[in-house]
Amino acid sequence: MKDIVDQSAQFALSTILIPLLPLLGFTINAFFGKHLSKTLSGALATLSVAVSFILSLTIFFAAQNDGFSAFSVEVFEWITAGALRIPMEFYIDQLTVMFMLIITGVGSLIHLYSMGYMHDDEGHNRFFAYLNLFVFFMLLLVMGANYLITFIGWEGVGLCSYLLIGFWYKNQEYNNAAKKAFIMNRIGDLGFLLGMFLIFQNFGSLTFTEVFSKAGNYDLNDGMIVAITLLLFVGATGKSAQLPLFTWLPDAMAGPTPVSALIHAATMVTAGIYLVVRSNILFSLAPDTQHVILIVGLATAIFGAIIGLRQNDIKKVLAYSTVSQLGYMFIALGLGAYSAAFFHVMTHAFFKALLFLGAGSVIHAMSGEQDIRRMGGLWKYIKVTGITFIIGTIAISGIPPLAGFFSKDEILANAFAHSPLIWGLAVGGSMLTAFYMFRLFFLTFCGEFRGTEEQKHHLHESPATITIPLIVLAVLSIIGGFAGVPEVLGGSHWLNRFLAPVFADNEILSHSAHHLDHNLEIMLMCISVAAAVIMITIAYVVYVSKSVRPADDQHQPGGFAKLIANKFYVDELYNAIIVKPVMFLSNALYNFVEVYIIDGFVNLLGKGAVGGSRVLRLAQSGNIGFYFFAITISILVIILINTLS
Amino acid sequence: MNEFVGGQVPFDWYLYLSLVLFAIGVAGVLMRRNAIVMFMSVELMLNSVNLILVSYSSYTGKLSGMVFVFFVMVVAAAEVAVGLALLVSIYRNIRSVDIEELKNLKW
Repeated sequence: MKDIVDQSAQFALSTILIPLLPLLGFTINAFFGKHLSKTLSGALATLSVAVSFILSLTIFFAAQNDGFSAFSVEVFEWITAGALRIPMEFYIDQLTVMFMLIITGVGSLIHLYSMGYMHDDEGHNRFFAYLNLFVFFMLLLVMGANYLITFIGWEGVGLCSYLLIGFWYKNQEYNNAAKKAFIMNRIGDLGFLLGMFLIFQNFGSLTFTEVFSKAGNYDLNDGMIVAITLLLFVGATGKSAQLPLFTWLPDAMAGPTPVSALIHAATMVTAGIYLVVRSNILFSLAPDTQHVILIVGLATAIFGAIIGLRQNDIKKVLAYSTVSQLGYMFIALGLGAYSAAFFHVMTHAFFKALLFLGAGSVIHAMSGEQDIRRMGGLWKYIKVTGITFIIGTIAISGIPPLAGFFSKDEILANAFAHSPLIWGLAVGGSMLTAFYMFRLFFLTFCGEFRGTEEQKHHLHESPATITIPLIVLAVLSIIGGFAGVPEVLGGSHWLNRFLAPVFADNEILSHSAHHLDHNLEIMLMCISVAAAVIMITIAYVVYVSKSVRPADDQHQPGGFAKLIANKFYVDELYNAIIVKPVMFLSNALYNFVEVYIIDGFVNLLGKGAVGGSRVLRLAQSGNIGFYFFAITISILVIILINTLS
Repeated sequence: MNEFVGGQVPFDWYLYLSLVLFAIGVAGVLMRRNAIVMFMSVELMLNSVNLILVSYSSYTGKLSGMVFVFFVMVVAAAEVAVGLALLVSIYRNIRSVDIEELKNLKW
């Protein structure tokens, strides 16, 4: 106990400063941004996040000690009403520390990148203000000591996501994409909110530690726990773009590329995974919910990968890839392999941020072109981008020893221990991943240039502020996986040991740890790697040797290919069964209820008041004698009533 | 109520007196058209109430009624000062204090 007190005292200041600095950066950029030069406002925003990163590192290194244990820092008393007591409190454990490192680390790299990428944009200051605000809310989300603080962060990042998707607000289509993201997230948020209500009703508290310590009183698959976890999972599907709420994420690519990298790949979309990992004790108590998560994750992983096969917009491919990779994380969560899910969050943050930033650099070089059918042969023009992009592509495809291999393999091993069928489907999905990622790479960087002469003339490597983050992320994508080398490959899985205290209280988890035979595990690895290599070879043969080009919009193939190219008509389906009926209903309500009933009632009141006044004002005759008379009569009447009653 | 207060006058007579005074005041306010007379009638009503307060104070032997009368008198004095000033001002403007002529403030 003494230890905990010491730690919270030792780190209280840095714990508060870590989210506060980006908030400060936001305040300065939002209110005084116009008076700052572009470089200064960008540097300020970047610096605020970078300092937070350094502070997070100090906590991280302290967490390496054996004596470290989770601690809370209460900033102030926030809500006290009856039994409800919600302090503004931060809870720091190993999981939080890792998330803080990812958010501030990848975040500061992307801020740096944005300084170069957004330099010519007129909304430069606004952009950095939003970006800083996002980092603040994201930190709040992972650092909150109770569900409500996490929920504030959860809503806040949704808001920033909305603001940044619609950043170029003069384009109506971008605004629509922003609204779509916001509304779809709102559906999920409702689940989160209801889950929170149920938690408070059953546990009498929203503080993580109190809720989890009381969770042991419930039986396995207790109806209430299943309901709570399902509702929380609905929240997670919204934020993390899982079936059936995934369609906002590809549309969210309307935002500037650094936003796609930071919010829609590395951090915000992993909030759902954070929520489940944080509540792992509840989720382990509800195997039914875990089955749902497993099925949804698996379906999303494969569904996203299939759609990714036939996308021609460089960012859309990455978006569907993100949907698919998030599906893998949920597979891990459904299997109860929480640290494997987090491991994939981490490596995915590295390589997907890298890929998005690389895509941004490509778009920058191509003067704003995003269609990969008009790219090709960019390798010799933008070497640094090309090299880092191929590293990211290899990493996501699961080729050892890059980061993606280790994290994905851990998920696959867990899947096999659960059921070979799930393993088979997951491997199938990862084969598709390897194919569409290399398709993207080959079409973009190999072969002949297919753009216009003018674009070719402008081809150039991006400035250092863009390439430095690319290089750093590429290095992280290479070495990031070594944080979790499994025992079978001679590693000690540092990450699992580091995160172990987070799951220490989860009794169910400790009983059900899987143990695969080492030979079997190696064989599984070989199969998945071989499958990925085969798919890469096929992609090479198709798109490099045979130089197959995706068809133009006018010459689309029919059949299943058409189905994929149109994203399985999910958007159209939602449009038909949800958007149109809702629009019809609102039109009907407007045209009838609003215009006739509500307006009619309000107008009636108004007209009544006017008409009544017109009559009543005649009483004001100006005759003082009459007034006195009226007063006297009224008093007499009042006295009479009082005496009689 | 046959007890005598401070002499030979029965207590309830004071009440009848103030009732009469009050009624005269009300009648004056309602019937007269001269604003100054109406003013005096209002004063009459105030004083009839004062009389009740004083009599009860004397009857029960409690001083609070007396104290209250002082307050009423102070307020009445202030009211008279303001009211007469207004009347003077009105008279200077329209050369009359007849309320039948003060009918301009209406819808």
